[in-house]
Amino acid sequence: MTDIATYNFAYLDEQTKRMIRRAILKGIAIPGYQVPFASREMPMPYGWGTGGVQVTASIIGPDDVLKVIDQGADDTTNAVSIRAFFKKVANVAVTTDTASATIIQTRHRIPEHPLTAAQVLVYQVPIPEPLRFLEPRETETRKMHALEEYGLMHVKLYEDIAKHGRIATTYAYPVKVEGRYVMDPSPTPKFDNPKMHRSPALQLFGAGREKRIYAVPPFTEVVSLDFEDHPFEVQTFDQPCALCAAENVYLDEVILDDHGGHMFVCSDTDHCEKRRADGHRGHLAPESHLASGTREPAQ
Amino acid sequence: MTDEPLLRVAALSKFYGSRVGCDNVSFDLWPGEVLAVVGESGSGKTTLLNCLSTRLLPSSGTASYRMRDGQFRELYRMSEAERRFLMRTDWGFVHQNPADGLRMTVSAGANVGERLMAVGDRHYGRIRATAVDWLSRVEIDEDRIDDEPRAFSGGMRQRLQIARNLVTGPRLVFMDEPTGGLDVSVQARLLDLLRGLVTDLGLAAIVVTHDLAVARLLSQRMMVMKDGRVVESGLTDRVLDDPRAPYTQLLVSSILQV
Repeated sequence: MTDIATYNFAYLDEQTKRMIRRAILKGIAIPGYQVPFASREMPMPYGWGTGGVQVTASIIGPDDVLKVIDQGADDTTNAVSIRAFFKKVANVAVTTDTASATIIQTRHRIPEHPLTAAQVLVYQVPIPEPLRFLEPRETETRKMHALEEYGLMHVKLYEDIAKHGRIATTYAYPVKVEGRYVMDPSPTPKFDNPKMHRSPALQLFGAGREKRIYAVPPFTEVVSLDFEDHPFEVQTFDQPCALCAAENVYLDEVILDDHGGHMFVCSDTDHCEKRRADGHRGHLAPESHLASGTREPAQ
Repeated sequence: MTDEPLLRVAALSKFYGSRVGCDNVSFDLWPGEVLAVVGESGSGKTTLLNCLSTRLLPSSGTASYRMRDGQFRELYRMSEAERRFLMRTDWGFVHQNPADGLRMTVSAGANVGERLMAVGDRHYGRIRATAVDWLSRVEIDEDRIDDEPRAFSGGMRQRLQIARNLVTGPRLVFMDEPTGGLDVSVQARLLDLLRGLVTDLGLAAIVVTHDLAVARLLSQRMMVMKDGRVVESGLTDRVLDDPRAPYTQLLVSSILQV
């Protein structure tokens, strides 16, 4: 697997990587600000992570260890393909273990395992503009960001409370970065918002179709917007993970049959597998193959 | 009352290439005063209004506004951020078509509350209570607060637009044909409401209209425009009862008598 002669290292040409790195640096310098960049065609459709892949390709080096997750899972199509892609075009080591990865490209989750200053989290972002569905004009939203006119963002939260009695936004929950820019944290569940706050890891966001890159540098204030009398809250779950009995983690509902049977399991597969390997048991955990976990190990 | 005007306009002109939008318009507006700008279509009324409300930049001339601290500020020298702040706090703009001034896809309550949230109110209960209060002041039932303006009639939309503009307690309101497109009974109620609000709140207003009856009811002073120029100005009753300029005479005599 050392034959990468047909591609430049990490697929993109060096000029493109340089352009993207400049956008990333600008993004880091102005936390939460959406930097336009000349997004390239990637060998995958828009919406599959072209932004995240370009960011990863621009920052990855031969010594990096890459982990890719899709909705928390290491073993879904998107995660497996992107991992295989970088193995092929950059010949880097890949892993599913959160702690040993240096770059984690993610679609819509932040790993449960705390990140460190030695790690970079790369988000795939479909729509970077938090104001988009309230104000369709890009010229106007840019002006609103420039002039810090964010009243409209609260109009959305107001609507939620008026309609549902509480803030019903559960994902892509808007945050204010370092007291200045309002940012869309990509469609991560709001459960993950507190993890962005003063995170030691660098967080980079790439939106390929919308041609925007933005960043949250390490140890940056990330505050979820709310009302004084309706403060920000994360989702809570009534029951622990059915496989590893973990509490205070984000759970996915898995349908088991056609008769309404379902269970809640960790959305972070790596976290779940590690806990089961350590001997934790949920009430639906199978008795066999205890130590190895039930899911296929990712490639 | 004070002896200083709220707005001073001097030699304001706007040209669209070689065409004249409005030409050499000067006037002062005092606090609590309602000024009507009348004239036929294409006479430059709306251009003038858009220039004054800084939605358009004039080709030449100045307009100074007395801020809440008593200092006059030259409108066209302010930064865009300051102008937009003024626009959503101390000013209001009532559009002829309510859809231009409302957010049609969010509820009535949020429409009224938006300005409060824009100036930093972060207490849902308080915002909602203010919205309820304002809806009742413009005669919209409290139980319509969570409906979208799409579900409102034309007259209700217009009243909602007025509530949305007045919620921050502005001192100056611009109105562009506020009763245009409404049937006469709805017009009458809206005018009644506007008159009440303007008096209660001591608002200054600049009302652009082609309807002389609206001008007569709402305004104390009046400017008649033709081809971008002011042909006559004075107290509303004087202008309408004793028009001097030939064009004003024509205009007044063109009113349909029922």
